Parts: sequence; structure tokens; C-alpha cells
Amino acid sequence: MAELIRLTNIVKIYQVGDEQVHALDGITLQIRKNEYVAIMGPSGSGKSTMMNIIGCLDTPTSGLYELNGMNVSDMDDNELARVRNKEIGFVFQTFNLLPRSNVLHNVELPLIYAGMPAEERRERAKEAIARVGLTERMHHKPNELSGGQRQRVAIARALVTHPSILLADEPTGNLDSKTGEEIMALFDALHKEGNTIILVTHEEDIASHAHRIIKLRDGKIEGDFPSRKRPTPSPATVS
Amino acid sequence: MVTINELQEGFRIALQSIWANRMRSALTTLGIVIGIVSVTLMGTALEGLSRAFDKSIAQIGADVLYVQKWPWGGGQDWWKYRNRRDLRIEHANAIERSAELVASLSPIIGTSQDIKYQGKYIEDVIVVGTTHTMIETNPANLAIGRFFSRSESEGGRPVCVIGSEIASSLFPNESPLEKVIKIGGYAYRVVGVFEKQGSLFGGESLDKRIYVPINRFFTQYQSRRGGITIMVKAKSLDLLDDTKEEVRGILRRARGLKPRDEDDFSINQQEMIIQIFNQIGGVIAIIGLFITGLSLFVGGIGIMNIMFVSVTERTKEIGIRKAIGAPRRAILLQFLIESSLICFLGGIIGIAIAFPLSLIVDQILPTAMPLTIVGIALSLSLLVGLLSGIIPAYRASKLDPVEALRYE
Repeated sequence: MAELIRLTNIVKIYQVGDEQVHALDGITLQIRKNEYVAIMGPSGSGKSTMMNIIGCLDTPTSGLYELNGMNVSDMDDNELARVRNKEIGFVFQTFNLLPRSNVLHNVELPLIYAGMPAEERRERAKEAIARVGLTERMHHKPNELSGGQRQRVAIARALVTHPSILLADEPTGNLDSKTGEEIMALFDALHKEGNTIILVTHEEDIASHAHRIIKLRDGKIEGDFPSRKRPTPSPATVS
Repeated sequence: MVTINELQEGFRIALQSIWANRMRSALTTLGIVIGIVSVTLMGTALEGLSRAFDKSIAQIGADVLYVQKWPWGGGQDWWKYRNRRDLRIEHANAIERSAELVASLSPIIGTSQDIKYQGKYIEDVIVVGTTHTMIETNPANLAIGRFFSRSESEGGRPVCVIGSEIASSLFPNESPLEKVIKIGGYAYRVVGVFEKQGSLFGGESLDKRIYVPINRFFTQYQSRRGGITIMVKAKSLDLLDDTKEEVRGILRRARGLKPRDEDDFSINQQEMIIQIFNQIGGVIAIIGLFITGLSLFVGGIGIMNIMFVSVTERTKEIGIRKAIGAPRRAILLQFLIESSLICFLGGIIGIAIAFPLSLIVDQILPTAMPLTIVGIALSLSLLVGLLSGIIPAYRASKLDPVEALRYE
């Protein structure tokens, strides 16, 4: 299958006081279309930075990031915004919905910035809401929904633009384990429907849903192997 | 390019945010409200002054020259004008004899007298001595009767034409014509009544005047036959300047001035008053603009301050919007719309307050709030909103999405 993401020697350095922190220290990897990847690692391993870079929220200090054949690593703010809008669907640990807007408007929001006309936008948003099973709750505000429902809204918002990647950062971190499993089942189903999913998590249970696990430590890739297998030191990538 | 979607979303968020913080928004926009109230009331008052002025100035007549000892509006050289020789009837006659561009000419002189008719008194009435030509020189119409005739004028007959206010006070239930009234103790027969004219520059009423033949005036109220004003009506407005020059030449000769001597008289005209008025109006407008500008400036700072608060409060929201693909300009627009809308609402509230106040002003000055002032006030409030929103909005648009998302 076609290559979607190619990271080549990505380095990200933060200046903290007088010290330079190498959050990412030479990451090279490829992800293909319709892969189901979990990025794992302890806190401080660089997985958040990795997610920000893959999600085009941040740019690397050096290295090359190609997304769908575009060189993303030296785009400006507005170009990155357009790429995020078109290519990336974010699902955050804390849901990050707009509290004053109802479900429909929250899901519509990415399409508003995509410049889609109102009627088409509404149709697409309703479709996405139906996909996560919240049609009945369409006109509710986020604070009238349970945690699981809020995360479903967030997933619908991520899906609505038909992005290349669903990028989920600890998507079950704020949910109880039963609700978490439901959300993961939804991701599994979305993967079967052809979506590319990247999970960032530190939980083995969650990561085990993915088909490929990339382990990070100190800004470097420590392991890259298929899921439900014993970790092997050599990268078993499908490159 | 800004899309319609972004505009709609901007308005939606702005309204949502203003409504959610209605108390704060209302207090913030108070400065703008005060600014707009003052700008509209100022404009209304100026409009009133201007209307009152226009009404008065019409009574002076654009095509009439006033030859006098004193210039209008020139106060500096008081002693110089004080020592000028009086204008006398002979001077008026000299102009009448040789001027070709003059349509009509009337000497006038005034005094204040008490008048009496069958036990009714009116004190301090302006009595104007003039000739029969007055009715052509002065653009006022008679309601009933006639003006005094040439022979009555030259013969100094005891006849008079009275203003409408005097007519209604002295003769509430009868026709004033052919009645004999006492003016300063001397008897006069009423031959005509003027139409209602109103007052000059909000001062004494033109309807409380009496016109008598000037020759009688000099025998009864003032034996010194000088100190008159000569009203000169030009044949047409276009010829006003030529007429002025002609009158000037005749007068200089009549008064024996040598070529190098300065004029020892002044030829006044309506335009001079207009100039003076425009000067005064300009000064008032500048002072008003300054005060208004100051209050709008202070209001604008208040708006800027609250917009900084709003941006900080909504850092997380900005982060979310950026993460799902809002470009910088959409964030910029969102906050600019919010600040402009707050100010615009302030402008509308300001006008809503100023309008009833302008009706009160109307009791003093005949005026109405001009639509242009309403337009200017609203655009001004919008402009203040835009200007005071720029820096906070720019700061919001520059926020780093990663940090904004992390903000709690």
C-alpha cells in the first residue's frame, strides 16, 4: 500500500533555560496508508513531540517530514493550518470540544475552515455524527454529554474532513476502562473501514489494538514491531 | 482570502462571547457610549445653531449692503471707528442721486420708545425711522394695509407700520388700521401691519418693531440728523461687488475724502456675518471633536484591555481552532469582529440615548439629529472597535497551537 508518512532523521530541540533538550533525536520511519500504529513510550520519551510534528502542529528543528508526498517540514503557519485541516483528524485526551457550541457545530467546525458551503457541511457533519452513533444528541452541548460521548463527538469532528490520518493522543486517558474499550472498538472499526490511525499512548492494553507498535525512549526509536508479538530489537517494519 | 464561512463563524463567536459576558461587555462599551452621545449631541447642537443662523441670515438679505459707521465683527479698532463722522441723510441722498447699480435704498435709524393705545402699554419698542423705499429694500411682507407713501415719507407725516406682535398686543379684537397710537408720547396713525417674521439671531423680535417716516423721527426723537444706517439693495446678487464699489466711490466723494485717505465708513453685508459664524462654528466643532475624540480614545483603550482578557481566557479555544485548521486570519477576524461589535453596539446605545436628548435640545434650538451624524457616529464606533481590537487579535492569531492547547 502507498506510503503516507515519511520521517527522515527528524530532530526537535527545545531550549529550556540554558539547556538544550533533544526531544526527538534523529527519528526515521515510514507509515503507510491504512496502517494502525501505536506510538508508545514513558513520559519524556518524546511521544508528544512526535505527535505534534506528525500532526503538523509543530515543525522539526531539522530533518524531513513528507506527508502524502508534500514536504511539510518547512511550511509556514497558514500552510500548516491548511494541511491540518485537510489531512489530520485530531482526537485529544481531554476531548477539546468548544463548550458553548452544540455537537453539530463542533463537528462542523473543521469544514467551516475548509470553506465548505453550509448545506453540504451540515450533511457531512450529520454523517460523521451518525457514524459515531450520536445522532440523537446532535443538538446537545458538550457539558450535557458523558465522557465517552464527548470523545465520540471528538472522533466525529476528526472524521468529518475525511482526513488521511486519525491522530489520537491518549484517547482513553480520561475515560473509565469500559468506555475506553468502546472507544477503542470504534477506532478498530474505523481502521477496518480504511482509515489510517496513529495512537499515542503509554498503556499496553490500548496499544495492543494497533497492528504496529513504535516504542520511543529519549527521543529515539527503541523498537518498531508488529503488535501481539514479542518485542524484537530489530525493526520489523513493513518498509 | 477571508471566506464567508469564516465571517459567519466570526460573527457567531463574537455574539456568543458578548452575550456570555454581557455585563462585562456593557461596562466596557460605556466609554464608547459616552463618546457617541457627545458626538451626536454636538452635531445636533451645531445643526441647530446653523439652522437658527440660516433663518436669521435670510432676513438680512444676501443682496443688501449696510453702509454704517461700524464694521460688523471688527472690534479691535474701537476708537478709530468711534471717531468716524456720522452717516447722514445727505449721504443717502448722494447715493440715490448718482448710483446706477442700486435697486433701492433706505436710510434707517432706530430708537427705543414706550407705546400706548387706550390704556395698553408696551415698553421699549424699537422704533425705526426710514423712508417709503424700505418696503423694497427690506424683504418683508405686509399682512394688512400698506407701507407709508412717498409723500407721507417726505412730508414726515405721523403714520406708522407696526410689527405683528405689537398688532396682536394692542389690538387683540379689532383691526389696527387707521387707529391712532402714541409712540413716546407722539400720536401716529397705523397704516399697515407686517407679517410675522420671528427674531434675529435669537435676540429681539422683529415683530416688536414700528416703522415711522424718518423725517418725523428726526423732529420727534432725535434732532441730530445723523447716525443713520443706509441700506442699499443691489439690482442683482451678481452685481453686489460692483454695487459696493460704486457706493463706496460716491460716498468717498460725498464725504470729501482724498485718494489716499482710508474709508471713514463701512459697507457691511450678509457674507461678513456668515464668515464670522463659520469661524465660531469651526472653533466649537474643533473643541467638540477634541473632547469627543478623547472620550472615544479612552473608550478604545477599555475595549483593547478587555480584548486582551478575552484572548487570554480563550487561549485553549484558539488552540483547538488552530489544531483543526483555522488559519491565522480566521482567528484575527474572530477577535476583530468581537471588538468592533462591542463598539458598534455601544454606538447604537449611544444614539438611542442621544436621540431623546436631542429632542430636549430642540426645545432650545430648532434642530433635529442629522442622519449624517448618526452615520458618522456609527462608523466612528466601528473604527474605534477595529483599531482597539487589532493588537489583541494579532496576538491571538500568532499563538502557537501546541502551547495554546496545553493552556488550562
